[in-house]
Amino acid sequence: MTDIYEILRGKKDEDGNYQKQSVIVQGITGKYGSAHTKLMMEYGTNIVAGVTPGKGGQKFEDKIPIFEKVSDAVAATNAQISIIFVPAKFFLQAATDALESGIKLLVAIPEHVPVRDTMKMIELAKEKDAIIIGPNSPGVIIPDLTKIGIMPASPYSPGNIAVLSKSGTLLYEISNNLTTAGFGQSITIGIGGDPVNGTRMIDAFDMIKDDPELDGIVVVGEIGGDAEEILAQHIIDIGFDKPIVGYIAGRRAPKEKRMGHAGAIVMGTYGSAESKIAMFAKANIPVAKRPGEVAVLLAGKMTSQ
Amino acid sequence: MRLLEYQAKELFKEFGIRVPESIASKDIEQGRLDAKKLGYPFVIKAQVPVGGRGKAGGIQKCSSDDEFEIKYPQILGMSIKGEKTRAILLEKMAEIEKELYLSLFLNRSKRCYTIIASSDGGVEIESVKNQTIKEVGLGDVDDETAKQVANEIGLKGNQEAEFVIMLKQLSKLTVEKEAELAEINPLAILKDGSIMALDGKVMTDDNSNFRHEELAKYQEKSELEERAEKSGFSLVELDGNIAVIGNGAGLVMSTFDMLADNGGKPATFLDVGGGATTESVYEALTLISKMNRVKGILVNLYGGIVKTTTVASAFIKAYDENLIDLPVFARLMGAESDKAKEMLKDTKTKLFDSVEDAINTAVMEVNK
Repeated sequence: MTDIYEILRGKKDEDGNYQKQSVIVQGITGKYGSAHTKLMMEYGTNIVAGVTPGKGGQKFEDKIPIFEKVSDAVAATNAQISIIFVPAKFFLQAATDALESGIKLLVAIPEHVPVRDTMKMIELAKEKDAIIIGPNSPGVIIPDLTKIGIMPASPYSPGNIAVLSKSGTLLYEISNNLTTAGFGQSITIGIGGDPVNGTRMIDAFDMIKDDPELDGIVVVGEIGGDAEEILAQHIIDIGFDKPIVGYIAGRRAPKEKRMGHAGAIVMGTYGSAESKIAMFAKANIPVAKRPGEVAVLLAGKMTSQ
Repeated sequence: MRLLEYQAKELFKEFGIRVPESIASKDIEQGRLDAKKLGYPFVIKAQVPVGGRGKAGGIQKCSSDDEFEIKYPQILGMSIKGEKTRAILLEKMAEIEKELYLSLFLNRSKRCYTIIASSDGGVEIESVKNQTIKEVGLGDVDDETAKQVANEIGLKGNQEAEFVIMLKQLSKLTVEKEAELAEINPLAILKDGSIMALDGKVMTDDNSNFRHEELAKYQEKSELEERAEKSGFSLVELDGNIAVIGNGAGLVMSTFDMLADNGGKPATFLDVGGGATTESVYEALTLISKMNRVKGILVNLYGGIVKTTTVASAFIKAYDENLIDLPVFARLMGAESDKAKEMLKDTKTKLFDSVEDAINTAVMEVNK
């Protein structure tokens, strides 16, 4: 499997430091694309090129070259990472352009992408051995190194806790709590709130579980689907023994209603919080009742293990 | 979008899937005409977007005008699991030999479509025994797969041939209409040996609505939901008295959970969405101001894409224009929250550093 860490930060150099990797922004001239590109650049993300059909040859903020197609941007920069901001209906086309051009990590921000388009994109990503985070994702951040997404910068601090989340704002909230409690983050990945994810909970877990510096993991789930149950079973099966703490949003949500996220819906018992919490219990993963309790439970896990 | 039975059956007919003769109506005048056309006996079926209507008395046999005059209004006036009857379907009864199960659905964790079939249908999917399960990628089903499924549930000869066609048509419907679920339950073998879809459930992907104008007529939204969608926020209405507003589905759900844990009763789940503007939040407040049951508003924001000042401005505008006179309990974090707190400090909004404190105070004051 493609190594997400290697794509995001390369290998350690002689002084033991990682290197910022080049990032392309698709939809760089749109309202959100341009606002977030500026914020990513402020954070220190190495944005090397933008793509907006019809605006090739122009420059973003007088310095970042804009290209017509991803293949042109890749040819000029050798970037392996792209972040997509285009409207949902153009998403499949933009993602296909990226994957066909050799992008190895695609961060997909748009919400409301039709599931069928996501599924087609996943097929193509498998063929090309590429990773897709999203769609409907807040992105991925390695604190103090690179921020590829729309998350605010303030909640994060570098450290050794990985956070995986379906929700964006809960990811900020819980990362902020962790930071305040002294738990910095090695990486946080927002897998997205859609029914079908380019990187599933279990895939995200497998991407980060072997990091030798990893001290613990926080899994932020929510009602809908069975990604949390499958992850818990996987953790039992492989006997993973570093501390993990969970949080599940939507315990009190009514059934058969979509709670904001396309994927957040309970059908019968499928997707219910009870089912997820029960599986986490089997895997010896404590589940916080409130976001504010996550850091407390993690501290407890760290001292008991 | 979740289609009602009669709408699902319209799609079935369009795709050549055999269904019983039936007519849908929304009032008794139309119903009487339909009853004449159809002829007694038939069944009166409540059209509700929720399962379990049979047990709740939402399906009843009807053999005469007298019976019709009693049962039609009774079923039309029913609420099943909190869902009002949207329409009535009058349907001819079939002579059933055996009930099977068939569905094609989007398997979220495997990220492919999956066929479930069984020779024991007519009950809810959780209780369906002897399931045959086949993964079929993006939802296309070929002859060979369809035959395998038919054989595994024990169909042979003509029935096998009819089933193969039905499954392939159901697959076509699923792919063309971008359904997340297309279910025939029960799929009946009739006394004459032929097969027929007696009930249908179809759910389509809302995110694909933009390329399915033909399905727009099935879209059923309250005025509130429609206005919410137009303004780019998502709203679920509940029967409590504290409106919950926040940004991001996860954060709002979490606030909702904590409120309910602490004895509060949520009146709304309202996610202002990533594209929130002062205008759209003002529109959200307008909708809430119209809900008489709401006695207080709980706001939990983690500013990121949405700046907390954007939301604060909407509240200021709402106060200035006397739109809201309700107590507001707010916790603001993230982008521009210091500025937002400054803006709101001399208003009716009570500011809290933690959401737990905001919730406790809200529950106490609203229940006073």
